[in-house]
Amino acid sequence: MANYELKDLVEWDARIRDKVAEFGLDCFTQEFELCDHFGMIGYMAYSGMPSHYPHWSYGKSYEKLKTLYDHGVSGLPYEMVINSDPALAYLMRDNTLLLQILTIAHVYGHNDFFKNNFTYRTTRASLTIELFKAHALRVRHYAEDPSIGVDKVEHVLDAAHALSWQCRRNLAIRKLSHNEQLERLVDAAHPKTDPFYRIHARPEVHEPDIHKVPVEPDEDLLLFIRDHNPFLAEWEKDLLTIVDEEAKYFLPMLETKIMNEGWASYWHKRIVESLNLEQGLHLEFIVRHNQVVRPIPGQINPYYLGFKIWEDIHRRHTNPTPEEIKRDGPPTKSGEAKIFEVRETERDSSFLRRFLTEELMREMDLFKYEARGDDLVVDKVSDEEGWREVKDTLIRNVGASSIPVIKVEDADFGQNRTLYLVHSHDGRDLQLEYGEKTLAYVARLWGREVVLETTLQGKRSLLCYNERGFSMRALK
Amino acid sequence: MALESIFREYSHSDAEHSDRSAGDRARHRQKVRESIRENIADIIAEESIIGKDRDRVIKVPLRGIKEYRFIYGENAPGAGQGQGDTSPGQVVGKTGKDGQGKGDGQAGDRPGIDYYETDVTLDELIEIMFEDLELPNLERRALRQIPSDRSFKRKGYRHVGIRVRLDKRRTARQRVMRILAARQRHEAERALEIAGADELQANAGGAEEQAEERRFPFHQDDLRYRHVETDTKEESNAVVMCIMDTSGSMDTMKKYLARSFFFMLYQFIATRYRNVEIVFIAHHTEAREVSEEEFFHKGEAGGTFISSGYLKALEIVNERYHPSLWNIYAFHCSDGDNFDSDNPAALKSAKELSELCNLFGYGEIKPLGSRYYESSMLNVFRRLEASNFHSVLIERKEDIWPSFKAFLAKDRVKE
Repeated sequence: MANYELKDLVEWDARIRDKVAEFGLDCFTQEFELCDHFGMIGYMAYSGMPSHYPHWSYGKSYEKLKTLYDHGVSGLPYEMVINSDPALAYLMRDNTLLLQILTIAHVYGHNDFFKNNFTYRTTRASLTIELFKAHALRVRHYAEDPSIGVDKVEHVLDAAHALSWQCRRNLAIRKLSHNEQLERLVDAAHPKTDPFYRIHARPEVHEPDIHKVPVEPDEDLLLFIRDHNPFLAEWEKDLLTIVDEEAKYFLPMLETKIMNEGWASYWHKRIVESLNLEQGLHLEFIVRHNQVVRPIPGQINPYYLGFKIWEDIHRRHTNPTPEEIKRDGPPTKSGEAKIFEVRETERDSSFLRRFLTEELMREMDLFKYEARGDDLVVDKVSDEEGWREVKDTLIRNVGASSIPVIKVEDADFGQNRTLYLVHSHDGRDLQLEYGEKTLAYVARLWGREVVLETTLQGKRSLLCYNERGFSMRALK
Repeated sequence: MALESIFREYSHSDAEHSDRSAGDRARHRQKVRESIRENIADIIAEESIIGKDRDRVIKVPLRGIKEYRFIYGENAPGAGQGQGDTSPGQVVGKTGKDGQGKGDGQAGDRPGIDYYETDVTLDELIEIMFEDLELPNLERRALRQIPSDRSFKRKGYRHVGIRVRLDKRRTARQRVMRILAARQRHEAERALEIAGADELQANAGGAEEQAEERRFPFHQDDLRYRHVETDTKEESNAVVMCIMDTSGSMDTMKKYLARSFFFMLYQFIATRYRNVEIVFIAHHTEAREVSEEEFFHKGEAGGTFISSGYLKALEIVNERYHPSLWNIYAFHCSDGDNFDSDNPAALKSAKELSELCNLFGYGEIKPLGSRYYESSMLNVFRRLEASNFHSVLIERKEDIWPSFKAFLAKDRVKE
């Protein structure tokens, strides 16, 4: 059994909090809850939420986690923190004292990140728990309503879950309202004032189509369907809202995985090292820390990648090499000031773009691979010629960039209320089986034919789903 | 404002009583089962189930419960980390399992990774098959439970065995024999000693010996156990001959129907006889004895001589299963598309076979409707006069159970 008591944790926590304050981390009030492995698997299945609406997919994820854990394929995380105010963290009670110390320090790193990173501004942390509880109540209410029932609720949720990530990527940018979009459209159509209009030919004015819906292509699929399918019942609209709100709550985590895990690892290291642990604990700490931030061959370990970059930013601003000074100029900020600035203003894609240097990539031996036949084959490595491409590939595989961008182009295509979607193709084709099945879900929610324009093996193609089922054809 | 923190102690009762995922898990399992049931025809058609261990675990693909999203396909490159010596052209993995998103704690942030299979035992699968075929409950139980009343025959004695089979009389006799042997040896030794040593020593030796005589324990070597062999009486032998026409296309539905019919036949026979063997004969214009896997998977083009299958069966019976020792059950599945020229030969050999068999059946599997434009053997076999022959037409899975019952009603051995 564990080699500590609760009061030990409270003591260590007090010491860690002193350090947190000393280092200038800025956290929400923190709650810790001790749980066993059943509890942990349960929390993981429901993304850590103390209350969550029911759906079979969470049962599936529970069974899967439990199977993997029971068969020793994967262990359980030492902790789980959720972004709320106060922040909620679960600690595995079977862990050793040292692991708890490490974990508590790690949790404060996440906590600070949640509170300060710009992507989390939209999540309203103080209402998180209430939000999820309200969602659960509403969904249960619909499921228990005799005129609706579990099956119908599931029917909508299944489809809505399939589309939940088809939403705006940067929530910090405000979405323009319909009228604002119209205004922008009309403004753009106005000819520029020309000081020489007397001698120039009169410019041609193209009248914009102000009746088109949407005015600008819309990425929020669920919300668009909610607002433009007049046949949806109120409860169906509400389910779509619920799923969309949850996706937008989790989007920042998806978008900052590397930064967030790196940041927490960076700070647990600095905090624990400053605690002056006795030798036995310190040795265990070194072992555990290296397990957390170890490179995993063939993959990207966000803990390791993030940790290395944060350390590198700090070093380059406190102790730059002569070449770096020659290239980037002398540092204008202290390392401390710089990392605090970066943790506030970046997300994974920009973080990697700006701070993952060629040297660091070479040190970590990052590479790009492609599928050839049944094999995944290394295509480019981080040498002088290939590192940019490797970096681009990496950036396109983190956060929301790993999800295809699909926008609503027209809600009344062919005056037929056909929903016309366009996939913004960036060289990566859609997986067809999944595309077909997901399109069926769009059609289920839209209630009419849906068409998706995409590129398959270099050819523009249309995927259709209507009452006759799925069909596919090439575009001229 | 100073940073605050709150600790909440682990409470055992909470963890025990608030299994909030129970409802969702039950719903998920229900969906898994539904998914299996929807695909039961495909699964049974592909799995060897006849005469197999019921606890065998089978991987079953799940179709209904994947969570689909828009994801990138195979031409999307990825990035990974090497061990310092990666070079272009190196193979780093296989497509379809690049193992991303491994237990890193934040659920809900990875799209698209899904599992496709689940494990079920053969027993569960058969249960679902019974459900699908709408077998009545009573029959279901009869088919599932193979009775264990075997008779045993004693056969000699062994040095090792289980406690209950210890033969006390023989064991005791063994000990007595050892005592006698030991005494003889002592006497011989003493005779030698007396010759050389003085009397005092001889007396002391005698006392020792007396003590020994009082306590002469059983030794491991004394133990004798009755040896028992399971008895295989001749009349408890049965052989099931599955004959199938593999010409043309055996599609999934036909395979499913044939396999479930053979399976039930085997199970039913197994409930009545202690030693049941099974023979698979596949035929087109020629017949071969094959394994179950081959039986259901080999599709051969070409014509059909039904007589070839029967002749092969007769040949096997003559070689290995003499009718005086074996109860023979033969069943033939075909789509009925025989060469006309073969019909007399088929009828003749069928007659011969039905004389040897307890029960001989012919099942014509024709998916609904197709019998109107294809030739049929049913008319030919109508001329076969044998009380233990029965022919059935199976057009859909609902027909299986009634035709199975009708077939068994003709069994020559009445209970």
